[in-house]
Amino acid sequence: MKKITKKDLAALLRFIGENEALYIPGRVSGQTNYVRYNENTDVDLDTLKTVKSAKEVFFPQSETLYTVKTEDGKYRISQEELQNEEFVLFGVKACDMKGIEVLDKVFLSEPVDTFYKARREKGTIVTMACGEPEESCFCKVFGIDCAEPQGDVTLWNFGNEYFWKANTEKGEALTEKCSSFLKDGDEATVDAIKNAIRTVVEKLPYMNLSLEGWDGTKTEEKFNSPVWEELYKPCLACGTCTFVCPTCQCYDIKDYNTGKGVQRYRCWDSCMYSDFTMMAHGNNRTSQLQRYRQRFMHKLVYFPANNDGMYSCVGCGRCVDKCPASTNIVKVIKAFQKEGK
Amino acid sequence: MKELLQDGTVNRVLGWKKGDLPYNPEPAFFKSAEELDEFIYDGFCGANLSKYMIAASALEGKTLVLLKPCDSYSFVQLMKEHRVDREKAYIIGVGCKGKLDIERIKAEGVKGIESISGAEIDGDCSTLKIGTIYGEKEVAYKDAMLERCHVCKGKEHRIYDELMLESADTLDSGRFEAVEAIENMTPEQKFAFFKNELSKCIRCNACRNVCPACSCRKCVFDSTKFDSAQKANVDEFEEKMFHIIRAFHVAGRCTDCGECSRVCPQGIPLHLFNRKFIKDINEYYGEYQAGNNVEDETPLTDFTFDDLEPGERR
Repeated sequence: MKKITKKDLAALLRFIGENEALYIPGRVSGQTNYVRYNENTDVDLDTLKTVKSAKEVFFPQSETLYTVKTEDGKYRISQEELQNEEFVLFGVKACDMKGIEVLDKVFLSEPVDTFYKARREKGTIVTMACGEPEESCFCKVFGIDCAEPQGDVTLWNFGNEYFWKANTEKGEALTEKCSSFLKDGDEATVDAIKNAIRTVVEKLPYMNLSLEGWDGTKTEEKFNSPVWEELYKPCLACGTCTFVCPTCQCYDIKDYNTGKGVQRYRCWDSCMYSDFTMMAHGNNRTSQLQRYRQRFMHKLVYFPANNDGMYSCVGCGRCVDKCPASTNIVKVIKAFQKEGK
Repeated sequence: MKELLQDGTVNRVLGWKKGDLPYNPEPAFFKSAEELDEFIYDGFCGANLSKYMIAASALEGKTLVLLKPCDSYSFVQLMKEHRVDREKAYIIGVGCKGKLDIERIKAEGVKGIESISGAEIDGDCSTLKIGTIYGEKEVAYKDAMLERCHVCKGKEHRIYDELMLESADTLDSGRFEAVEAIENMTPEQKFAFFKNELSKCIRCNACRNVCPACSCRKCVFDSTKFDSAQKANVDEFEEKMFHIIRAFHVAGRCTDCGECSRVCPQGIPLHLFNRKFIKDINEYYGEYQAGNNVEDETPLTDFTFDDLEPGERR
């Protein structure tokens, strides 16, 4: 167990940032998101939740896959290079870390997504325990302990210091590199911090949400339930919930006409959008009820059915905070409970 | 409302349903007196229900809809554009004492919220007492209000069948102050301001989907044949282009209801684009408020010999 004073953190970040790319929560025009660090970055480790999750560091909202150019009447195809520089992702909360594990299930299973895999291999993740969880948090419902996030290094915020613990080889390597900034810390203090966080977690309103009935079975029963008919109605069909979600992983592949060729890129897609999974024959989901149902069925039924019971919701509560119509996954779970479905 | 439902005057009520947190009521259709037990109307019912009336106009029978004074401008504008059916609506104009922005409350450092009192519509709406797992907090109601309420268009409903509840004066800022501040910037400052703000855009389309003026059956940005996708910005230019095109498209029809800024997950002050257009229209064609009434000639579709020529300024 190591520790660093908050006063020294700026120097540490500068040090890491000088040697490799560093992604960290930073404030731009009043909002905190993961940004690539430079000396002007307004680092913000106090805001509990970045608007967008840490997933975009491994799975960007939009990325070019390859470019086709016409030269002298011939086509020249050039593939985008895979991530080849080491980087550090700093300040990830337990829910977002679990979100990355969910994405691993999707992108690292065959056929492996090489773009994602390269980023995962080159990235060292520094996580941070949650000091003051908020009312929209429900990570514990999915078995996540926000007092002890995983990742290569874990930090605990306490008074004027951050406690620092390496969990993996990559974490040990980063700790070694940063050793001149770190002092020895004691386990006992960290145990006390963890207990304090867990005591707070028990008081949160959503922590006792029951997932009974959402075990990847009863697919048809859930799918055909009349409960959806009312639930979807406030939904504006925007993509906010999907784009702030740490686990939503659907993407679209499109061609951008550059005038002299084509840029083939992929971008996050949202099952809330009318052209989601549009195919030559048309669209297999034609109403907002169907699109709304898809999102929750995927997270709570299809994904666990195909991934040994792992839900593709991590209880970060971003959709609870951000839905313009205040509808969200918690309300869906509760509505089914109420109807006894 | 229960009586109107029970005697068959209306088939449903479009209002707000209690949330599961103290601040997250959702727009909802109520079909029975029993369902109405979950109805709520308080300071957190900011959602403008006018746009839901497009869908409700296609349903059988009348929908009782609750409209705040500012929402009623949107309804009139939608009537003018033949997107809602007046005959299918039973409008209760509800009073408003300013609507609250949970983001502003959280920006005061309030977290772990368990209860909020002082947001009730029949109260004096002066102080919010907030119970949190980290202790009691107080926030002045005024400091927690949405931006749009500080530039309130007034307590009068533009259309209604019945009126309920008192409104309060919340206007305490100039409507065009923020626009003027941007107008006074240098071109470089303006560019930097919008670049920073719009770089946050995640193309969730919440601003478009909530906007009562964005009522096209199919949006050009949803077309699969359009080079510019609705879900990703290929480059920095596109993230600006989407919002600028949208602002142009709603110019002259935007009532300045402020829903775009309320719903933006990244806190982009989108209303500033629209308000710039409103200010320009007022200066070039005379004072005009979209949604004021169904009869007014609209400045951008009406021609007079006094109109400015391209490039001309007043």
